[in-house]
Amino acid sequence: MSLDKNGIAKRIAREVRDGYYVNLGIGIPTLVANYVPEGMQITLQSENGLLGIGPFPTKAEVDPDLINAGKQTITALPGAAFFDSAMSFAMIRGGHIDLTVLGAFEVSETGDIASWKIPGKLVKGMGGAMDLVASAKNIIVAMMHTNPQGESKLLKKCTLPLTGVGVVKRIVSDLAVLDVTPQGFKLLERAPGVSVEEIIKATAGNLIVEGDIPEMQI
Amino acid sequence: MNKVVQNAQEAILGIESHMTLMLGGFGLCGIPENCIAALAASDLTGLTCISNNAGVDGFGLGMLLRKHQIRKMISSYVGENKEFERQLLSGELEVELIPQGTLAERIRAGGAGIPAFYVPAGYGTEVAEGKPVRKFGDKMYLEEQWLKADFAIVKAWKGDASGNLVYRNVANNFNQSMAMAGKITIAEVEELVPVGSLDPNHIHTPGVFVQRIFQGMNYEKRIEFVTVRG
Repeated sequence: MSLDKNGIAKRIAREVRDGYYVNLGIGIPTLVANYVPEGMQITLQSENGLLGIGPFPTKAEVDPDLINAGKQTITALPGAAFFDSAMSFAMIRGGHIDLTVLGAFEVSETGDIASWKIPGKLVKGMGGAMDLVASAKNIIVAMMHTNPQGESKLLKKCTLPLTGVGVVKRIVSDLAVLDVTPQGFKLLERAPGVSVEEIIKATAGNLIVEGDIPEMQI
Repeated sequence: MNKVVQNAQEAILGIESHMTLMLGGFGLCGIPENCIAALAASDLTGLTCISNNAGVDGFGLGMLLRKHQIRKMISSYVGENKEFERQLLSGELEVELIPQGTLAERIRAGGAGIPAFYVPAGYGTEVAEGKPVRKFGDKMYLEEQWLKADFAIVKAWKGDASGNLVYRNVANNFNQSMAMAGKITIAEVEELVPVGSLDPNHIHTPGVFVQRIFQGMNYEKRIEFVTVRG
């Protein structure tokens, strides 16, 4: 069985370490916050100017001056800090954020990522994605292994306009966990019940399979 | 010297068609609502607007778009706006998209007197087209240049007659950098407080950057996506 969105988020949550400062993108990455192991303290950054994102507010707590980068209302935890956009991206560009998790349309075997623009469709803009992928110490991409037509999104070379070049370190898809290495995608783990053959079939870029590939622990 | 003006109409005096404006805010959070309404009520046209986003249909910069007052937007993200899409596709509107952190730093650099600097964001992408690149260590960087504006229009929570500003929560966003980068900076505040009542330790924007200030009224503070738990 391939993983659903929550399954992908659960597996990514196992990559988090105590004390990490983390930026979670919109979509599946946001769900990661729900599965951070108990007893582990991480601080979530919102690039519009907050360290210490709390849960969504109650109706009474809703504050128009307190939103996340997806423009949803949020809360700030005790010990949170607010700051301006230049400071926020100084944190990101300066390498002070330990982990960035974001989605992608395509990833190449050399770690290129395409996530912001599809030719022929209306362009909305890259927001902070280019800054984040160019600067985070560790970037994990949360994505579906194939598109709805069954075509691989893990390619030799991206076909869509790039967000960053050679930046992706690890991918957690609905089928597998893979690292980007100088030789290509290295298969680390399979989703429960998914065979190595299925992953090979769904991966268009160079895939390295060495030894027994364990099932993910979720 | 008196920086205090009565209202948005007075604050925007001197803004002319075809000028470049900076407008603070992230989405609809922290936008200068009063000045945007005053601009929308004016006959100004051909404006270049530097703002992270372009508002939504009929609110924020969407009000200026609807009246075709904007010739060019310089932003990082312009979703959530149908009229924007329509004008972009029909060629009525020009848009320059800039990575968000690069946009913030270009504005900060404009205010800080730094003509150019290097960032890694956008290297190897279409953002890099035409820009000098340089290697530092083992990484490639793009040269980016400062941004300045004829008028910067910002929104703060509290301010005083000296022009000192304090922002609230994440409504700070682009306002603090933009306040530094305008030839003339207009600040609209929710509360204009007596000089001396703001703690000097807590000032975000020192008054030197602000030329005009007024207390705004009837803030709507629209929320794009109200999300609650439970």
